[in-house]
Amino acid sequence: MVPITTLHYLVVAAALFVLGVIGVLIRRNVVIVLMSIELILNAVNLNLVAFSRMWGNLHGQLFAIFIVVDAAAEAAVGLGILIAFFRNKETVNVDEIDLLKW
Amino acid sequence: MNLAMNSALNSTINSGMAPVATPWFFYVLAGVAVISGVLVITRRNAVHAALALIVTLLAVTGLYLMLYAPFVAGVQIIVYAGGIMVLFLFVIMLVNIDRSSKERRFNRIWAVGLGAACALLALFVFAFTKGKALFPDRGMPLAEGSNTQEIAKMLYGEAGRMGQYTFAFEIASLLLLVAILGAVIMTKKKI
Amino acid sequence: MFFLDHIWLIPLFPAFGAAMMFFFGRRLQKATVNAICVGAVVVAFLFACFTVVEYTHFAHGTGRPLEKIVYTWLGGNGHLNFLKKDGTTASFNADAGFLLDPLSSIWLLFVTGVGMLIHIYSVGYMAHEGGYYRFFGYMNLFMFSMLTLILANNYMLLFVGWEGVGLCSYLLIGFYFHRKSATDAANKAFIVNRIGDAGFILGALTLSWYLGSFRFTDINALAHSGHFAIGDPVLTIAALLLFVGACGKSAQLPLYVWLPDAMEGPTPVSALIHAATMVTAGVYMVARSNAVFVLAPTAMKTVAIIGALTAVFAASIGLVQNDIKRVLAYSTVSQLGYMFLALGVGAFAAGVFHVFTHAFFKALLFLGAGSVIHAMSGEQDMRNMGDLRGRIPTTYKTMLIATLAIAGIPPLAGFFSKDEILWQAYRSAYGSFPYLWLIGFGTALMTAFYMARLIFLTFYGQPRMSHEVEHHIHESPKSMTGPLVVLAIGSVCAGWLGVPASLGGTNAFGKFLEPVFAQETAASVAPTAPQEPAGEEHRGLEWMLMVLSVVAAVVGGGWAYGYYANAGKGYTEPIAVQAPPLYTALYNKWFVDEAYDYAFTGRRKIGDVRLGAMGAGEASSWFDAKIIDGAVNDVGWVTRAVATLSKWWDKWIIDGPLVNGPAILCRFPLSPIARLFEWGLVQWYALVMVAGLLGFGVYYVWK
Repeated sequence: MVPITTLHYLVVAAALFVLGVIGVLIRRNVVIVLMSIELILNAVNLNLVAFSRMWGNLHGQLFAIFIVVDAAAEAAVGLGILIAFFRNKETVNVDEIDLLKW
Repeated sequence: MNLAMNSALNSTINSGMAPVATPWFFYVLAGVAVISGVLVITRRNAVHAALALIVTLLAVTGLYLMLYAPFVAGVQIIVYAGGIMVLFLFVIMLVNIDRSSKERRFNRIWAVGLGAACALLALFVFAFTKGKALFPDRGMPLAEGSNTQEIAKMLYGEAGRMGQYTFAFEIASLLLLVAILGAVIMTKKKI
Repeated sequence: MFFLDHIWLIPLFPAFGAAMMFFFGRRLQKATVNAICVGAVVVAFLFACFTVVEYTHFAHGTGRPLEKIVYTWLGGNGHLNFLKKDGTTASFNADAGFLLDPLSSIWLLFVTGVGMLIHIYSVGYMAHEGGYYRFFGYMNLFMFSMLTLILANNYMLLFVGWEGVGLCSYLLIGFYFHRKSATDAANKAFIVNRIGDAGFILGALTLSWYLGSFRFTDINALAHSGHFAIGDPVLTIAALLLFVGACGKSAQLPLYVWLPDAMEGPTPVSALIHAATMVTAGVYMVARSNAVFVLAPTAMKTVAIIGALTAVFAASIGLVQNDIKRVLAYSTVSQLGYMFLALGVGAFAAGVFHVFTHAFFKALLFLGAGSVIHAMSGEQDMRNMGDLRGRIPTTYKTMLIATLAIAGIPPLAGFFSKDEILWQAYRSAYGSFPYLWLIGFGTALMTAFYMARLIFLTFYGQPRMSHEVEHHIHESPKSMTGPLVVLAIGSVCAGWLGVPASLGGTNAFGKFLEPVFAQETAASVAPTAPQEPAGEEHRGLEWMLMVLSVVAAVVGGGWAYGYYANAGKGYTEPIAVQAPPLYTALYNKWFVDEAYDYAFTGRRKIGDVRLGAMGAGEASSWFDAKIIDGAVNDVGWVTRAVATLSKWWDKWIIDGPLVNGPAILCRFPLSPIARLFEWGLVQWYALVMVAGLLGFGVYYVWK
């Protein structure tokens, strides 16, 4: 049995990160796009905590905590935008949100 | 006590990581996280996706515990699974989920997006295999029992001195406040 | 001197009433409206009386004018200059100035006096009508304008009042604006008056261009100065233009057509505006400009001839009309003709005297007619009246007095003024005009006839009204009969002010006015007052003429008695029996309206051609369509040809290689590339971000 090293955690985090990126890039539903962003943030958190363990100090964990705060703020604002948008356009599909090109 | 601890840590280092759990435990948690991550991005129903995300978050919490980070794990459960996800579920209930669940799941450039993500994955794999030496195969000792106290010292300071992250902490609280206000103002029909 | 110093307040009393009605009238009770509007006119009357009393003390029989300039409302600051005919520059200067002399004090007294009585009468007459406050607001506005007209010391301010009374006349004729005939009559009055107004303003401007001032005192002084010869062409033109204005306002021959139609207004309006006051404004203006007219004998002759013709013309139409108010309207036109006849022969005082007496008995006749109409539940046609003398006795008695007065039965008011005019026409200070006397004499005969016809058809004979109307006949309320009685007393007594010397009188009226019409210079033919040539040697002739006119009045009345005294249903008109074509012509008012329709308004076509206003419209329409539009179209054709060429050039040269070339270049190779970055889809941008991430990653890994 190979002992679990930092690299294992990094591989799991990379997998979650790529899954998040795929979700952001190809899902049409905004809610799921936002969830995918949470996935990405979790992958980053996992990296940070793993490096914190690797270097033996708590800075990584503190960064993780700040990122959780950031994620909360981002989710609140993102979902607020979503609700305001849904009220105006009656849709939650990202590819119908194309007014940005005007 | 310190001596005993040091010797225990040394033994842990020597015997590799994971003193609290077996590697099997890691593999199960990692597998659950990745599989439910896949479910998050593939489910047609947004509620199912949210539930899958919660499973992912819980699995990642388990990984945090394995990394001697109980406080971060607690935060993960309380804030993420308890707060943010509830927010998500509320929003899913507010918006018309029926319509989007009957439509196409993926946008027209899904192939391109998938290709780009795969390229990213390939890059990661290549970097990890090529840069294996960058990640020393070791685990520094971390006190699990005093984890929360240590974090509190760094966040709030000790003995009258400001901690290293006190200022950042205050800024983060301000950020949250602004985010809350922004969300409320955006969602209100009439201000 | 309080009242003389505050003479400018007199027009402001009714102006205040009008303003109150304008702003608050809708919300006021009828009693409040009465208090404000009638009160304003009563106060103006009392104020006018005191003012005139003070003026007689001030003038001491010299008749010197009192001029009070309150402020200058137009020009006067030296910036508004104009070039006079002789090449010098004069300053344009229109004051809000007030002039009180014997002429304006007479007008002031009878306008406010008769106006007050008619206001009181209106309280009863209009009691059941809608728009009560509107009526009284307009009446007060009229009083304000008329008083401004009378008291003005220059042509410009007089013109303000002149236009003001025209406006009020328009508003009051169209008072029943829901009736099309009323609005048509109002429009007709206004438009016909405009023709006269144009003449008036041109005349006033010509005068000031020639003489350099608008002020009556200046113009009189200049005219009397002897610098201008008799028959001066410019003064003649100015006088004729002023007379055009008088023709419009006072309904003389070419422009009289509006006055009969003006009877569409309420009866008190007909009495006040279209009989007693406003229509005498033309007489007032000509009398006011007497110094100019005296220098223009041609204009004087024109005035006299037009006046005489109008008198006989209108009287002939009045012979056969059936509408009680229309008879009175034609009678008014005819009497105005008398006044102009007097002015034209130089008997200014006689003309003004007739205005004065006429104001009493004509207002009385109109108010009496209003009372009759009131009693008859709105019926105006005399064919449906008859035998009213016992049922509305006060109205009957007062109207009888007025009829005797207008017919010229001594010693009532009309006798003195009318005989003065006829005598002056026969032998005046400016010459002898027997033909004009003959016309006037014939008119007097007709006047007696049609007035007697009116009385007999209305008050005698057999009742010809429907049963229902007969049942409702009642005497009018006190507020209506009161003014009738007062005016009847005036109709009896007003003439005694001007008893001529030949009858042992002193002609106080003429003496009072003498200073106004005195021509001090040698330029005029007769240096002194008109009475001078009527000396002892002519007294016999004068008596003979008087007797003749009284006989004419009696004969006219007697004829009418013979024909109409016992008129029953289906009575016949004597003229219709003896000369049917003449009757048709008279009944249709000599077809003047039709002739105007053919000749001027163009409402009727001759063959295919329209004449007059509408004809001018059609002609200019044709001109516009064929000539103007033709030219426009030709220019358009050229433009089109040029445009076609230009289009070809634009399409194949400019648009081709120059515009579309770069566009195609942009579109094919460049735009898809640029579009990649500006798709507008969020996820595309995210993809670009991932590409950038990949790029950085590759760079760091391979470095």
